[in-house]
Amino acid sequence: MSADALPVTGTSGFSRWANDHRKWLFASPAMAFVVVLIIFPVAWTAYLSLTDAEGSVRADKEFVGAQNYLDVLGDTARFWPAVWRTVQFTGVVLLVEVVLGMAIALLLWRPFRGEKWVRVAILMPLVATPVAVGMMWRLIFDPNIGIANQVIGWFGIPEQPWLAGPGSALWTTMLIDIWQWTPMVVLILLAGLTSLSEEPQEAALIDGASGWQRFRFITLPLMMPTVIVAILLRGIDALKTFDILYATKGKGGGSYNEVETLNVYAYGLAFDYNEYGTSSTVLIIFFLIIIGSMWALTSRRKAEY
Amino acid sequence: MRGGTAYKAFRVGALVLVVLGLLTPLIWMVAASLKTNVDIYDASKALLFSPTVDNYKTVLEQANYVTFIINSLWVAFASTVLSLLLGVPAAYSMSRFTMKRSALVVLMARVIPGVSLLVPWFYVFSNLRLVGGFTVLVLSHMFVSLPLVVYIMMGYFDGLPTELEESGQVDGLTPIGAFRRITLPLSTPGIATAGILAFIFSWNNFMFALVLSGAKTKTLPVAIFDFVGYAAIDWGGLMAAATVVTVPIMVIALLAQKYVVSGLTAGATKG
Repeated sequence: MSADALPVTGTSGFSRWANDHRKWLFASPAMAFVVVLIIFPVAWTAYLSLTDAEGSVRADKEFVGAQNYLDVLGDTARFWPAVWRTVQFTGVVLLVEVVLGMAIALLLWRPFRGEKWVRVAILMPLVATPVAVGMMWRLIFDPNIGIANQVIGWFGIPEQPWLAGPGSALWTTMLIDIWQWTPMVVLILLAGLTSLSEEPQEAALIDGASGWQRFRFITLPLMMPTVIVAILLRGIDALKTFDILYATKGKGGGSYNEVETLNVYAYGLAFDYNEYGTSSTVLIIFFLIIIGSMWALTSRRKAEY
Repeated sequence: MRGGTAYKAFRVGALVLVVLGLLTPLIWMVAASLKTNVDIYDASKALLFSPTVDNYKTVLEQANYVTFIINSLWVAFASTVLSLLLGVPAAYSMSRFTMKRSALVVLMARVIPGVSLLVPWFYVFSNLRLVGGFTVLVLSHMFVSLPLVVYIMMGYFDGLPTELEESGQVDGLTPIGAFRRITLPLSTPGIATAGILAFIFSWNNFMFALVLSGAKTKTLPVAIFDFVGYAAIDWGGLMAAATVVTVPIMVIALLAQKYVVSGLTAGATKG
């Protein structure tokens, strides 16, 4: 039974009106905010993507139809490499974070002494300011004074250029993302593990199933919905990664655009080069990619369960 | 999985590795913030060095960080309070009257790339000459925190039985009165969760402030980014600045661990 089925006993006219219309009275300020600050901007971006807006924000702009889209989709110098980097970055960090996150969540699953402290440690990277995290890793990965090269030296691995190398920069930013966001996956999966019922595990144990068998045939299938939620949440954020890329490599993803993903590219077009029209086009395409991949993930989930 | 000495030993070892891996970089950052730039360059002084607070003096006195700290606090506080004021009643309505479509619209905000909002905002707000002021900054941060508040609070209200409100109404409270006197006090943990997370997200926000803040309204993350603009990086100062922005938020997370975790994983297990 919902609360609105009860008669309103307010006395004054306004109070009665407010109570009768509380559904919209409560919801509309937030809705108005969302519409004005979110829906309108998205519509405006779509409009700008069809114009040649550039330079000053007060400058005149002309409607150019699909020209921006043709230009962007035919741009093999900046656009397509940025798409590829976005796919690479998201794919690699998602895979590593989910596998590593599952392993750590399983380690933490059963209670142990000192559990509280491990959980605190897991929370720290998550809440740390991404820009500060980027700066911190810049020092650690510095080819000359950073500790990273010293540490890999102990294992006989030759020195690496890390963030400074055109080929290695993107991989290094992936490492940073994995450090910061694997804990997020751990927390989500741990919440899922804790809510699992014990019976299937006990039954399998009695039947003599090995640890790996219990994980493969019981825990993992039961955990699949939570795993997909983790992939969705992390995937959206990984696609949109900006802070650590901009903090470590600056404008344009570095001098060779080595870490320029779609988000960094769109930001640079708009705010480093003032090409608002082209930037909007990239953003609309980017937005469609995000929606498309989310849809693919959720529809697969529905098909399976 | 539960027995076996070998597994126990492996588990302890693995957990130690995980904790070290997560915490060492942060400790390294704090350590570097307490070193002179000569010591940072000296590998033999990685762990044994005589600590100095000079970097913090530089950051707080010369680089004007006190202003940036106040800016960050003010923007985070204002956007959190406003998001709670708008978001909590909205979440209540959406939960009690199952307004699925409205909820979906608000939650879309989690998916949209921030840049696609920044472009039109920048367009409109610069024409209104508002860019560089606190108003725009607070509004932009609410774009992140309002959907977050709605999302967390909807889950919370869904789990709160309606019987108490109904009995309050039987006793003569109006529906809004019942919401104010019964539901809201019962929702304190949920509101705390939503508020703390909204604060953290605003404090850490970089991209919106990078475009929309001015010299007087600059927040800490942007100030840190600007720190590297000069010819040679002052590593000690940079690490002190990074520590100044990170440590307060880590302390909050430490004290309010339960709330932060429940907020971050809200809705995760419902599938």
